[in-house]
Amino acid sequence: MKGQGRGLQAYAALYLLFLYAPIILLPLFAFNSGTIIAFPLQGFTTNWFAQMWANTTLRTALTNSLIIAVSASILATCLGIFAARASTRFEFPGKGGMMGFILLPMVLPEIIVAMSLLVVLLGAGVQLSILTVIMGHVLICMPYAIAILSTAFSSLDKSLEEAAYDLGETKWSAFRLVTLPLVMPGIVSSLLISFTISLDEFIIAFFLAGNQPTLPTYIFSQLRFPKQIPMVMALGTVLVALSVVLLTLGEYFRRRGNARMGGNPTGGFL
Amino acid sequence: MTDDRKPMIECRGVHKHYGDYHALRGIDLTIRAGEFFSLLGPSGCGKTTLLRTIAGFEDISDGAILIDERRMEEVPANKRPTNMVFQSYAIFPHLTVAQNVAFGLRRDPRGKAEKAALVDDALAMVGLRGFGNRAAHALSGGQRQRVALARALILKPKVLLLDEPLSALDRKMREQMQVELIKLQRQVGITFVLVTHDQEEALVMSDRIAVMFEGEIAQLDGPEALYARPASRRVADFIGVMNFLPARILGETDGTVTAEVPGLGPVELPARQVSRANPDDDGPTIGFRPETMTLVGPTQTHSQPRETNATIDEVVYYGDMTYYDLRLDGAAAMDGKARPVRISMRNVFGRDVQEVGTRTRLAWSPGSLVLFR
Amino acid sequence: MAKGLDAQARQGYALIAPPFLYALLILAAPLLTILAYSFMTDGYLEVVRDFTLTNYVQVWTDPIVRTVMLRSLMVSALVTLVTVLLAFPVAYYVSFLVRPERKSLWLFLITIPFWTSYLIRVFLWKVILGYNGVINSTLTGLGIIDEPLTFILYNVNSIVITLAHAYAPFAILPIFVALEKIDRALLEAGRDLGESRAMTFWRVTLPLAMPGVLAAVLIVFIPTIGDYVTPELIGGGKIPMIANLIQVQMLALDNRPLGAALAVTAMAIVALVSIVFLLINRRFLKVRS
Repeated sequence: MKGQGRGLQAYAALYLLFLYAPIILLPLFAFNSGTIIAFPLQGFTTNWFAQMWANTTLRTALTNSLIIAVSASILATCLGIFAARASTRFEFPGKGGMMGFILLPMVLPEIIVAMSLLVVLLGAGVQLSILTVIMGHVLICMPYAIAILSTAFSSLDKSLEEAAYDLGETKWSAFRLVTLPLVMPGIVSSLLISFTISLDEFIIAFFLAGNQPTLPTYIFSQLRFPKQIPMVMALGTVLVALSVVLLTLGEYFRRRGNARMGGNPTGGFL
Repeated sequence: MTDDRKPMIECRGVHKHYGDYHALRGIDLTIRAGEFFSLLGPSGCGKTTLLRTIAGFEDISDGAILIDERRMEEVPANKRPTNMVFQSYAIFPHLTVAQNVAFGLRRDPRGKAEKAALVDDALAMVGLRGFGNRAAHALSGGQRQRVALARALILKPKVLLLDEPLSALDRKMREQMQVELIKLQRQVGITFVLVTHDQEEALVMSDRIAVMFEGEIAQLDGPEALYARPASRRVADFIGVMNFLPARILGETDGTVTAEVPGLGPVELPARQVSRANPDDDGPTIGFRPETMTLVGPTQTHSQPRETNATIDEVVYYGDMTYYDLRLDGAAAMDGKARPVRISMRNVFGRDVQEVGTRTRLAWSPGSLVLFR
Repeated sequence: MAKGLDAQARQGYALIAPPFLYALLILAAPLLTILAYSFMTDGYLEVVRDFTLTNYVQVWTDPIVRTVMLRSLMVSALVTLVTVLLAFPVAYYVSFLVRPERKSLWLFLITIPFWTSYLIRVFLWKVILGYNGVINSTLTGLGIIDEPLTFILYNVNSIVITLAHAYAPFAILPIFVALEKIDRALLEAGRDLGESRAMTFWRVTLPLAMPGVLAAVLIVFIPTIGDYVTPELIGGGKIPMIANLIQVQMLALDNRPLGAALAVTAMAIVALVSIVFLLINRRFLKVRS
């Protein structure tokens, strides 16, 4: 037992190193004064962060990305609440097929979603903008939102809402006073995950944004210029730090929700 | 027995369909004010559906339900004068005990202090004085149950509906809560309607019991009548233990049936001791409860009108009781099949438990028999 | 139909309508348009509405398309194989050897890299694997090699490594879930019945974990076959995969019908592979129940 455990533990540690290798390198190059991304490292500098801060295109891209991510996460979570409640509380013919269809973008190559949407939008004469990106992002965030929210809704005892109704509340106030507070951690978690997905999404933004930059498309465009890469590393470092903070918050809310429901705190984001 | 209390709940020809499934098949039922009433039956018999139609959680497909002489079709659950204790208790996990109990008072115009006093009274009534500030999810099963009771009773409903309220508790706790529920019901005088699959629970607690099978009421009676004179073989099977022996009908005059029972001999049974057999029974049967017959020693005297000789096949000792499986002399006479019967004897000081293989006498009275035909 | 069922179904439909209509509008309509386009003819700056199968004939006969298609399938299969093989021991470790209260921490650690910028992660693999990259400069610096290694650069190998990294959590999580569901008493029963540890793993653990492994295979295979970024960044655009070809046809060459036919063919292949795996999965599930 011990030998097997040791071997596996060492393997798991190596695997984590493999997973984290790029993330560990990121800050190394972000603070490295050399302009070429290679070892050995030169000296310490914060120039790249300053350069990033001064970059106006980047600021536009960031603003666009934030607008897109906030809108997409709110819309996807709202639509997700409808779907999650429908699937966990009601039985109706065709439910499986409809839910399957809504969840389809999870397993559909993004390039196909992006291309087909692009063809239709161009065909319909719709001007490409961050609005069209939001449309696409809501579609791909929705399945993740539904997955998270369904877990939150299904761990809810159906008789809680009935009890509130029985005690004189209306159907809506029962939902507001009982269900909503109890699934709130799931909603927050869904918002955070959708936000993270949208902020990082490249393909749909690349094809549907027209000439509007978003963070990932801006990064992609800069990767072609060796001179710009240290700044991209600095940007990446900030983004990774942000993601870790958001994910930790999401995990915290999910666990608090679980603890409140008396559930067990295992499971992950997917 | 006549009861002049006014009717509180009336079900008139209530039907409930779920698609092709016919969950309630014409329920006619009157529950009187202040009654402790039980709906008893196996799972899937429709008892919970009936309770939920009374509460207003399910629409009925046909018929009418009246509560306190008012038709309920157009009255939604949140406007009905009923409150419910759910099987899972449905205690709101994000609220404290006091907030749970006060939940139904939100729309009440009374002042804060007055409401707080009501909550304290309600908690005291269920034995949870001082628990108000506890978090609901930290409560034990029995405490949750009490909170659920307090939360429902604080609204002074005309009817309290209880959906298998004791099924999640362990045996000791359950027996304790049964007694407390009876006391509580007497104290508040509210009509209680209890759904249970536990026949013992129903017998212990109820004024009257409706036994349900497959969406119909099979028998509606007080506990004693239900136990002693089940209306059908199926009800007898469901409630308690009953021995069954094949019988041959010899004749019938003015409702009194004469039957020959192998091992017991000929018996005359008045109409009140004659019930319906199950459709798949092959021929009439005689039934009797284990405790209605007594083992008597060779020299012992007894006051029962009849006695039968038997051999002890098996002895099962339960501490306070002993069960004896007996072979009655001549029991196999009719078709060659030996049918053991089970007799229960209370263990009293100074009386030895009998051994397997002992020849014994069995004293009994025809008055304790039921004929199913 | 009874009243109760109708009311329930009505509420269900009312609730599911907004997300469903949204998916219908934003997903189904475009997909159907693509399907329609794939049977039309490409004209100058427009699509001619004549029914034709020439696009599909071209997709199936053009040697370039065939090369790219086969490469995509090969790369995806390889990525899937590598990812799942590398992931299984980790999932096993977390499920069987990590203390229960530490499990969620491990899962959290495994999922974090997945949520960090995909583009930058992919680019950093180029940095790690490149000519003057981390690996080569370390190895030459240590004097282990004289010339930088080239078999890991700008080729299928580097694409496989990068994608295996990108989809790691997708493989670990379903296998982990399947392993978690295994009743530990079954393993003790296997040992109790005289099997060695290895044989117990082979005869009890692995078959029971199979649904998770098959789910992992699907979850990795489907998105990798449509990956656009990695061939573009790591392969330097010189070794395109199907997604890049679709994009080129649709936009750069403006041959939408051919691009549509490519997309439909790719989806058909993905669907076919998925169905095969779902059927295998069903067999496993049947054995279990």
